[in-house]
Amino acid sequence: MQIVAKDLTYIYSEKSKSLAVRAVDGVTLTIDEGEFFGIVGRTGSGKSTFVQHLNGLIKVGKDKGSLKIGEFDLTDKDCDFMALRSKVGMVFQYPEAQLFAETVFDDVAFGLKNFYPELSPEETTERVKTALTLVGLNYEEVKEKSPFELSGGQKRRVAIAGVIVTRPEVLVLDEPAAGLDPVGKRDFIRLLKELHKTFVKTIIIVSHDMNLVSENCSRAVVFDKGKIALSGTPKEIFSDAKKVAELGLDLPVTAKLTNDLKDKGIIIDSDLTTDDFIQKYLRAVKDKGGAL
Amino acid sequence: MSLISLKDVKFSYDKTNPAVDGVSFNVEKGEYIAVIGHNGSGKSTLARLINGLLSPDEGEIYVDDIKVGDKKTVFEVRKRVGVVFQNPDNQLVASIVEDDVAFGPENLGIPRKEIGERIDFALDAVGMQDFRKSSPTRLSGGQKQRVAIAGVLALKPQILILDESTAMLDPKGRKEVLSVVKKLNKEQAVTVLAITHYMEEVVDADRVIVLDSGKIVMQDTPREIFKREKELKEIGLELPLASYIANKMRKNGIELPEGVLTEQELSEALCK
Repeated sequence: MQIVAKDLTYIYSEKSKSLAVRAVDGVTLTIDEGEFFGIVGRTGSGKSTFVQHLNGLIKVGKDKGSLKIGEFDLTDKDCDFMALRSKVGMVFQYPEAQLFAETVFDDVAFGLKNFYPELSPEETTERVKTALTLVGLNYEEVKEKSPFELSGGQKRRVAIAGVIVTRPEVLVLDEPAAGLDPVGKRDFIRLLKELHKTFVKTIIIVSHDMNLVSENCSRAVVFDKGKIALSGTPKEIFSDAKKVAELGLDLPVTAKLTNDLKDKGIIIDSDLTTDDFIQKYLRAVKDKGGAL
Repeated sequence: MSLISLKDVKFSYDKTNPAVDGVSFNVEKGEYIAVIGHNGSGKSTLARLINGLLSPDEGEIYVDDIKVGDKKTVFEVRKRVGVVFQNPDNQLVASIVEDDVAFGPENLGIPRKEIGERIDFALDAVGMQDFRKSSPTRLSGGQKQRVAIAGVLALKPQILILDESTAMLDPKGRKEVLSVVKKLNKEQAVTVLAITHYMEEVVDADRVIVLDSGKIVMQDTPREIFKREKELKEIGLELPLASYIANKMRKNGIELPEGVLTEQELSEALCK
C-alpha cells in the first residue's frame, strides 16, 4: 500500500483566533510500499499530528488536502476506517502502558476480536500464536501470564503483538526504542527489521534518534513548523549540517565524522550506516597508501 | 565520613528475588556518579533506597551521617537528597511554575521571605526565571524537567539523584537538562547520582557504577569502564556509539588510541 498525502493540513482550535495552530501545513508526501521510513523533527513540529492521520485517528478536514493509503481514500466520508486500521497498525510511545488484560493471550486477542468478530476460536488462537512468535516470545510460556509480570522489553513486544495480530501492511511506531536499555533497543530494531520481511511491508518510525534513522531508514523527512523542511535518503538529509542544526536536530555520528574529515580533505562517500562508513574510510586509507 | 555510604544493602520487593543484592559503595561530596545497568538491574531501586522511599531489608545506608530507612529521619534525609524522575508530568503539582517550585519548601514550613529567595535561586539555577508566572502545561518537555529540578533544588539538597530524568526528552531537552545538572555539580558542588540508559551521558561522570542483577559488577572511570566492551555486552550494555565505531575501526587495522569516548575524540583521532 502506497501512502500519498497531498497538501495535507491540520489546524488545532481552528475556530479560535488566538489559539489556532497549524500543526500540519500543506504536507505533500509519498511513502512507497516496502520502505523503512523515518519521520523526524523537533518537538511540536507536527510529526505526531501527521502520523495520526495515517490510521484515521485524526480525520482529514474539508479543504485540508487529501490522503490515500492503498485503496483507502481517507478524504472520503465513506472510508471504512475499521478496515483501514486493521491494515495500518499504530504503536504509540511506551505502548506497554496500554496493556490491560489479565493474560498475554487476551491482551493480544483483544484487537483481533474487535476487528474480526467472525473469526473462529481456533483461528484466533492461531493468529495470536503467530503474532507472539513473530515478536520473539515463546507462545506457550507467556500466553497465560499476566502482561504485568513481564520485563519492560517483553511488555513492549506483547504490545506490538497486539497491533500486528491483525496483519497490518503498514506499521507506524512513535519513538519505538524510548526507555529501552541499549541491548533491548538493538534487539527491538532487529525485531522491526524481521517484521519488515513479513506481511508488514512498510515501516514508519517517528524518532528523535538520528543515529537510529541513519542506520536503518531508506528515506526520511524532517518536519518543521508543520511543513516538510527536508526529505530524501539519510545521506541527502544530513549532508547540510547547517540546515540540520537550524531544524533543531543533531547529526548522526557518522555524518559528523564525515564532515570533520571533509574539512581535512578526506572524502568519505558512505550511506551513513556505521558499517558502510567504516568500509569507505578503510578504502580512503588504502587509496592514500595507508597513511593519512 | 563520606556523604553517601552504603554497606551490604539488600532489598527485595517480593521477599524472594533480590532487586538490590549486597551493594556497598561510598560517594564523596561534589562527585558526579553515573549508574548504568540494563532494565531491571536494580538502578531505580537503589535511588529509592538512598532517599528513603524504600527501606533496606539488610545492610545500612547513611546520608550525611544520618541513617536512612528509619521513619524518624526520613524528612532529614529528603532535605538532603532530591530525586528527579523520568516523567516531569508526574512530578509537577501546581498550575504556576513558581508555586510548583515553592511546594517543597512550603511543606517544610520555611518562612515566606526565604521561600521567595529559594524560588529565585532555583529558577536562576535552571535558567527558567523568565517562566516564573507560566503554567507548566505550556512548557516543553525539557523546560518542564528543568522546573522539576528547580522544585528539588528549592529544598537545597546536597545530593541530586536523576532517575532516567532525560529518557522522555528530545535531544534538545536532554542537552538543556544535562547542562543544568553539570553546572550545579561544578558551581554549587551538588553531588550528583545520575541513573541513565544513554551511554553518551556517562562519559563526563567522575565515576561509573555498573549494576547487574542487583550487584555492582564494575566501578571505575568512564574511560576504563568502556574499555571492557565484551563484559558490558554480556550484561546488556553497549559502548557509546563513538567508542563502538572506534573499536570496530581498530579491529580493521586502523590505528586509534584506546579508550575513545566521544565523537569529538574520535574525530580528532581520525583527522590527525
